[in-house]
Amino acid sequence: MASSKNVRPPRTMATTLTPDENALHPDLLLIEKVKAGDLSAFEQLMRQYDRQIFRIALHITQNREDAEDIVQDTFLKVFQKLDQFQGNSKFYTWLVRIAVNESLMRLRKRRSQKTVSMDEEIQTEEGPIPRDFADWMPNPEQNYNQSELADILRRAIQGLPPGFRTVFALRDIDGLSTEETAQALGLSVPAVKSRLLRARLQLRERLSRYFRVPTGVQPQ
Amino acid sequence: MNCTEFLANLTDYFDTKTAAALRSELERHMAGCSHCHVTLNTTRQTIEIYRNDELYELPESIRTQLQQAVLAKCAAMKKKKEPCA
Repeated sequence: MASSKNVRPPRTMATTLTPDENALHPDLLLIEKVKAGDLSAFEQLMRQYDRQIFRIALHITQNREDAEDIVQDTFLKVFQKLDQFQGNSKFYTWLVRIAVNESLMRLRKRRSQKTVSMDEEIQTEEGPIPRDFADWMPNPEQNYNQSELADILRRAIQGLPPGFRTVFALRDIDGLSTEETAQALGLSVPAVKSRLLRARLQLRERLSRYFRVPTGVQPQ
Repeated sequence: MNCTEFLANLTDYFDTKTAAALRSELERHMAGCSHCHVTLNTTRQTIEIYRNDELYELPESIRTQLQQAVLAKCAAMKKKKEPCA
């Protein structure tokens, strides 16, 4: 059962920064320290973002071991490439882009022959048109215990194509803006919006099987 | 506005930046269309349930191991880059 203690606080990073604010952003101060050789500053950056990177990697790969490896590989790549970070984009968006690329590489390896890309045309049987118009029970998640609910949510999201669930994870779970999500995934804003709509509607349809008001019962 | 147009704008509706005129148009459609009303409410709930559930949390012990492994490799890389005395 979801409880208020589980509610994740919003990311502390502002989504839109003016050039002046950007110059003072704590991430940039830490990056300068890392560039000057301060490893403890890098540890701070990692502690700040490793949970989000793990969550994104796990959403894409659906494999816990892969997600742990991706956290390592992503931060190592960031450390190696930090000189290339010019500060034109936000550090977190840059970090997410690296993590998404690492995650897609893992998926490709697992599927060996099959190409996995954010740009691939996504064909699914479920279109963007909703089919289930039954209302849901009030607080439907409270009708399941924590592990049952986690199982339902996991199975629903696992059924989405990687390109859909990645957009949903970044935009709706991690809280990136549409523009940041587009930047992190190398997609256009309309492409992000289109995938987000399809992801949300497909998830809604899948959850509706569990959460809908049973036939013959009036919603409270 | 018809149901197809409503759906096409659903993503923007959840975005607080959506223009007031579009929001009121969407709300006007919803007031007379129970299907779109249910679709919007249950989509909103879908997002909230996923956002509030800690589905994929990184256990603290593994987190510490990962951090230590990364920092050890970074330290080794840094040492390699440093010029010889």
